[in-house]
Formats: sequence, structure tokens, C-alpha cells
Amino acid sequence: MSFNITDEEVKKLEDVASQVRRDILRMVHGCGSGHPGGALGCTDLLVALYFKEMTHNPEFSMDGKDEDLFFLSNGHISAVLYSTLARAGYFPVPELATHRKINSRLQGHPATEEGLPGIRMASGSLGQGLSVAAGAAQTKKLNGDDKFVYVLMGDGEQQEGQIWEAAMYAPHNKVDNLIGFVDYNNAQIDGSTDEVLNLLDLGAKYKAFGWHVITCEKGNDMKTVLETIQEAKAASKQGTPVMVLLKTEMGHPIDFMVGTHKWHGQAPNDEQLASALGQVKETLGDY
Amino acid sequence: MKDFPYTEKKDTRSGFGAGLHELGKTNPNVVGLCADLTPSLKMDAFAKDFPERFFQVGIAEANMIGLAAGMTIGGKIPFTGTFANFTTSRVFDQIRQSVSYSGKNVKIAASHSGLTLGEDGATHQVLEDIGMMKMLPHMTVINPCDFNQTKAATIAAAEHDGPVYLRFGRPSVPNFTPADQKFEIGKALMLNEGKDVTIFATGHMVWEAIEAGHILAEKGIDAEIVNIHTIKPLDVEAVIASAKKTGAVVTAEEHQINGGLGESISGVLSRELPTPVEFVAVMDTFGESGTPAQLMEKYGLKAENIVEKALKAIGRK
Repeated sequence: MSFNITDEEVKKLEDVASQVRRDILRMVHGCGSGHPGGALGCTDLLVALYFKEMTHNPEFSMDGKDEDLFFLSNGHISAVLYSTLARAGYFPVPELATHRKINSRLQGHPATEEGLPGIRMASGSLGQGLSVAAGAAQTKKLNGDDKFVYVLMGDGEQQEGQIWEAAMYAPHNKVDNLIGFVDYNNAQIDGSTDEVLNLLDLGAKYKAFGWHVITCEKGNDMKTVLETIQEAKAASKQGTPVMVLLKTEMGHPIDFMVGTHKWHGQAPNDEQLASALGQVKETLGDY
Repeated sequence: MKDFPYTEKKDTRSGFGAGLHELGKTNPNVVGLCADLTPSLKMDAFAKDFPERFFQVGIAEANMIGLAAGMTIGGKIPFTGTFANFTTSRVFDQIRQSVSYSGKNVKIAASHSGLTLGEDGATHQVLEDIGMMKMLPHMTVINPCDFNQTKAATIAAAEHDGPVYLRFGRPSVPNFTPADQKFEIGKALMLNEGKDVTIFATGHMVWEAIEAGHILAEKGIDAEIVNIHTIKPLDVEAVIASAKKTGAVVTAEEHQINGGLGESISGVLSRELPTPVEFVAVMDTFGESGTPAQLMEKYGLKAENIVEKALKAIGRK
């Protein structure tokens, strides 16, 4: 298929992603806690969605009528969502400094309670986002709204039973305006997913449940990510939902964070932050 | 003691079914979801007449709650339906995060609550659901007493903006409240004014409280009977006013003593107006198989038990 992507766009989006990664590193360092690994690994996807592929309005409305919706099911990587939303204009960028601190709208895991624009559902307790996204997608169909609903899940999260309830439901009910992503980095808190509870052939599982499955081998390459999203959209609205297995690298591209699950839920110290920031350039101005 | 005439006994779950069907006609945003118990929940009329707004989710309650939460985004008002046990203890975390904490306008319809589910036994007889649901911030907890009131409560739940737990049941009970009632969430209903003792009852126990009132009247005791159909938010003003008048209180519910209506009322009274309170409830035990009548008798949830506790409360004045 042909793609609607220019080299200039890719360059611009890579610059945004670089700034988002700086934000993530500074946010988790700033509060001394959080989940930088998965956030860094999913940065390219979120930037591609919010800065190119999604129709959305930073003048936030909960109902999101005639907008594409995005749900983050693996809520622990909240830092990437917060930075992306702020950089996309949903709320002031300096507010990123309040992440995980008292009296903040930027809770440790995404929440609606404090009214942060861009958040439609609390997440953090894993396994719930695919159901929520399927429900929102069905409401769009009932309302004659032809926009998409996207949801991102972790690969470790696939161990939750509710995922498979929703996985069975969506194809049966032809929820074909739903596009799911699995952050397929083979890493979770206690080790690799292979060691903890092997997902085996995850793509075959979703196929057997009736999904159209796309595997993206380069989930940290902006051009490839854009192509994958466009391929997923093209495969949608044909009677089946689409699941993308997005192969990412936890901690990408920070040299001391990649290749291990150890940066799933740990903040860098001052020296580590300096080293990490030296590897991702400031493009839009730090908060 | 007033009489409460009725022409027929009906199940409260049919009141829910009737209310939902009515909503299907009057509110295009109302949708129904059911986890493979459509006839038991009396949702079949809605499913038949509004098929595009009815979602069969299969035996997958966690997914049902998540779907419902998602469906609210874009303005739908989902009613989820299954047995009370499967829509509380089984999915507490889904309700907590995706519905309550997310402030979603989901109506959780719970049938076959309490002991009167009967023969299926303790696996299905949830007696902890009120406690679980009332502990959740933002959640409204409603437990109506008969068919007409359940129908009215269903319609009121749709008009209320926010999550609602609507509890009802399986057995046929006297249908004595008005067919044309307007259900006010959070408003206690005075059924009989009295001066000696107050019986605060909820759900199926309201009729037992009325029968207890007649027995007490024969003994020369003037019981005030209040229908607490909304456990949260509790009508604190009405509770205090009645306790002030009578000085003795009995609570009656088809639920564990821990976490239920009695706990809510005694909490209010201990803070605001210390008053002797006695509890008619299941005393920290599981149920078992049996007919509803046998179970209510064995576990002490009959009018006679209310009478006994009323006398005890009066004796503590």
C-alpha cells in the first residue's frame, strides 16, 4: 500500500519524540519514581498518533464526538501520555513538573478525578482498557461517528484474564473501528515475559480470536510506526477489529536502559539523568 | 398501624425489566448489557424491542463493566445486568477503577441479591454487595422494596448523572407502593408514623417490617416504619429525626450485618444522636440452599425477628 508520509513529517515527529523523551526522563527524575522504560519505548507511537494520525481536539471534551479516541490501558507509562498531551496543547507544559506529586492533576496513573484534559478513563489496574475501548467504539457506531478508537496495552498485561474476555467480544460484535496496540517489548517487572508467563505466539492467539493482526518489527522507528498505523486504519472497518503487535525496546534509546527490564519502574539518579539527557536532544524547550 | 393493601405479589426484578423497557421507549441513550442472564434479569423485552441497543456480552462480567464504562463516552447510559454476586465481588476492581473512580454514568443492575435467591445456595447468595458498593466514592446504592418501586428506581437511575448500584431480587413480594410514584434518590420514605421504636428497613425487608409493625401494634407498641430505599446517599436528616422521636431503632436488611444498612445508620447515630440500635441481618455467616421462606426464617430475617429486636431496643432506652 502507499503511505501518506513525507520525510519532513518524519523529521518533525522525531523531534517531538525526542522532546517527549526528555520530558519523561525529567518527570520521573523529578519525583524520584515512575515507569520510564515503557514510556520511552512507546513514545514514537504516541507522538505518531497525536501529532499526525489522530483527529483530535486539545479543547478537550469527555465525549470526544467526531474525534479519534486514545485509551492507555497500561497506565503506569503515564509519563509518555502526559508529555504527549501537554506538547499537543491539552494543558500547559510546565504542569509536567507536578507529575506524581501532591495536589497534581498528573497522578501516578492516569485519572479523570482531577479533571486533567485528555484523560477519559482511569487506568493502572491492568487489563481493563481493551473493554473500555471496545465500549467507546460501539458508542461511536451507535452515534454514527466514523472515527477510530485506539488502545495501548502492555505485553505483560496480556496475562490478565479480562483482556481475553474483550478479545472474544470485539470480533464477535464486529467492533471494526477499534485498533489495539500491544507494547511488545518482552519485559515486565519480574523479568522477560518469556520467563514470567510466556505469551507464546500472541499474534496467533489474537488471530484465533478473530482479530486482524499486524506485527510491526520496528516500533521505535517513526516512519515504520506511521506506516503501521496507516496500515491498521486501512485494514479497519471491514468487519474485524485490528491488533498491532508493536515491537519496541523498553528504555529506547537510552544506552543504559535498553536490553533489561530493570528500568520498568525505576527513576534515574542525577548522574543517570545527565547521561540520558545527553542522548536525546532538546527540540521544543524543556519545561 | 396503617394498612398497606396490595392486589398482587410480584418480583422486583420484573420491576427492573419494566423500567428498562420504559426507558427504551423514552430515552434513546439508554443501552442494556447482559452477561447471559437476560430472562433472569427480565431484560428480554428490552432486548427484543431495542436490539440495536442491547449487547449480549456472554459470561464475561469484567468485560461487561469495562464495556459499559466505555459506552458512556459519547453519551450512552448503560445498564449492566447480571446476578448481584457476579456484578460486585467478581468485578469489584473493574467497578472501582473504570466506573467509580472514572466517574462514569453506568447503572449496575443486580438481581438475585441476598438469601431469597434460594436453592442455588451460598455461591450465588451475595450478602456483602451493599457494603462493597457503598464504600466506593461517587457510587449511589439503591435497594427498592417492590415491583413498582423498582420500576420507578430504574427510571430515576437513568435520570441521575453518575454511577448507580441498583439491587433487587428474585422472589415475589407484595406490590404495595403506588404505580405512579416518583422515585427520589436519597429520600427516606415514611411508611408509618410511630412513637415507640423506629424500624429502618430496605429491600424485601420493608414488607417484613410492615408485618412486624402490625404484630407490635397488637402488643400496644407504636412502631415508626421507614423505607430506606437509598442506602447511599443516606437520608441522614430523616434517620436522625425519627431516632430523636422514638429513641430506639431497629434496622432490617437482607445482607450481612457488616457493611450494610444497619452499619450506615448506627454510624450516623453514634456521631449525631447516640441511640440504642438493634440489627436484623445475616450475622457474619454464609447462606445455604433452601426455599426463600426457609432461608429467611433460618437466618432470622422475618417479621418476628424484627419484633424481637424492637422489644430489645425499647428495653435499652
